[in-house]
Amino acid sequence: MPKVKVKRKSTLIDMTAMSDVTVLLLTFFMLTSTFVQKEPVQVATPASVSEIKIPEINILQILVDPQGKIFMSLDKQEDRVAVLEELSKEYNVNFTPEQVNKFKLINSFGVPIKQMPAFLDLPTDDQDRLLKDYGIPIDTTANPSNEFKAWVKAARAQNPDLRIAIKADQATPYPNIKNIMTSLQDIRENRYNLITTLKSVPAEN
Amino acid sequence: MAEVQQKDSGGKKGKQKKMNIRVDFTPMVDMNMLLITFFMLCTSLSKPQTMEISMPSNDKKITEEDQTKVAESRAITLILGEDDKVYYYVGLPDYNDYTSLKVTTYDADGLRALLLDRNRDIVAKIKELKKKKLNKEITDEQYDEQAIEIKGVKTAPVVMIKATDDATYKNLVDALDEMQICSISKYAIVDLTEGDEFLIDNLKQKGALTGQIDESKL
Repeated sequence: MPKVKVKRKSTLIDMTAMSDVTVLLLTFFMLTSTFVQKEPVQVATPASVSEIKIPEINILQILVDPQGKIFMSLDKQEDRVAVLEELSKEYNVNFTPEQVNKFKLINSFGVPIKQMPAFLDLPTDDQDRLLKDYGIPIDTTANPSNEFKAWVKAARAQNPDLRIAIKADQATPYPNIKNIMTSLQDIRENRYNLITTLKSVPAEN
Repeated sequence: MAEVQQKDSGGKKGKQKKMNIRVDFTPMVDMNMLLITFFMLCTSLSKPQTMEISMPSNDKKITEEDQTKVAESRAITLILGEDDKVYYYVGLPDYNDYTSLKVTTYDADGLRALLLDRNRDIVAKIKELKKKKLNKEITDEQYDEQAIEIKGVKTAPVVMIKATDDATYKNLVDALDEMQICSISKYAIVDLTEGDEFLIDNLKQKGALTGQIDESKL
């Protein structure tokens, strides 16, 4: 009986091809994607057929959660500092250089200006956790001070090319949106963008 | 360098050891996979879309004369109500007839059918224009130019969007969206009037309120 010779196979697999694929994928992801901005609340934007893309720079994003709380984000750090200084002058709230530095680094803000210094002193983790409980005060019957207008005004003064984009949750009641729109109209900001997700255009028949 | 070292360690003279030029790529793949996972989790692929709107200035100085008057036959008023309902009337409502206010939905056979029907001339023209663009008969710029021209004709319907406090933001965006789908270029977001509120109440009670209306408030 002849001996059955089991051929020894090498267990090593050539990973070169695999490496090629992964590098390709990696390049694809790096080139096509943008980093997710840290937002205090998650909102589901409504769908629309509009296909206009939002520009990446010079954007003042107004984030509105389903309860109508308002948060803002400015894309340029220098603008954020200038806007904060403007507001501190207007409301007589003083900030230490450290606090200003911290403000420069946070993406979204939305704290009443009087509570801002205390908020900025908190560690970052606490800030993220607590931010969603605040929100920028806007005209309501209970609260006459409209800091929202002041923020937008200051941001506009700082950067004339600024575009205002409202990103609101689809379940936000209309009165809250109306409030924001009338506030914007009051300060002569009549053109703005509404952020939506893409929905396919219905087939015409 | 490598050669010299080999000679030293090998001991066998003249016989050069064949170097394996194969590199094990497994760690490289591991690292790449990690990076891909990182990018997939921390980035978003799609950029958000946006819808541009311009609101009229609410400057108090603008007198009634400056406001554009719209022919009755061209005006459509949409009232965005609760539970995704849309109330609408064409032209001026008849406050004594509760059926002048109709109810529809945001579905394709609801609001869209209504608007497409009211705007059918323009929609047909735009469709033709789009076909031309698809067949490369006209450029994009020409298309835009002509589309504006078609949409701007004097007989184009004018839509007033009024939202009640029960409407949601989604309703508003849906309504604005329909304007785009139905090629309506003239529309405005306006405040709800007392007359409109009365119409809705009257419709809900099937005309029970007819006659109770305070004419002075209209």
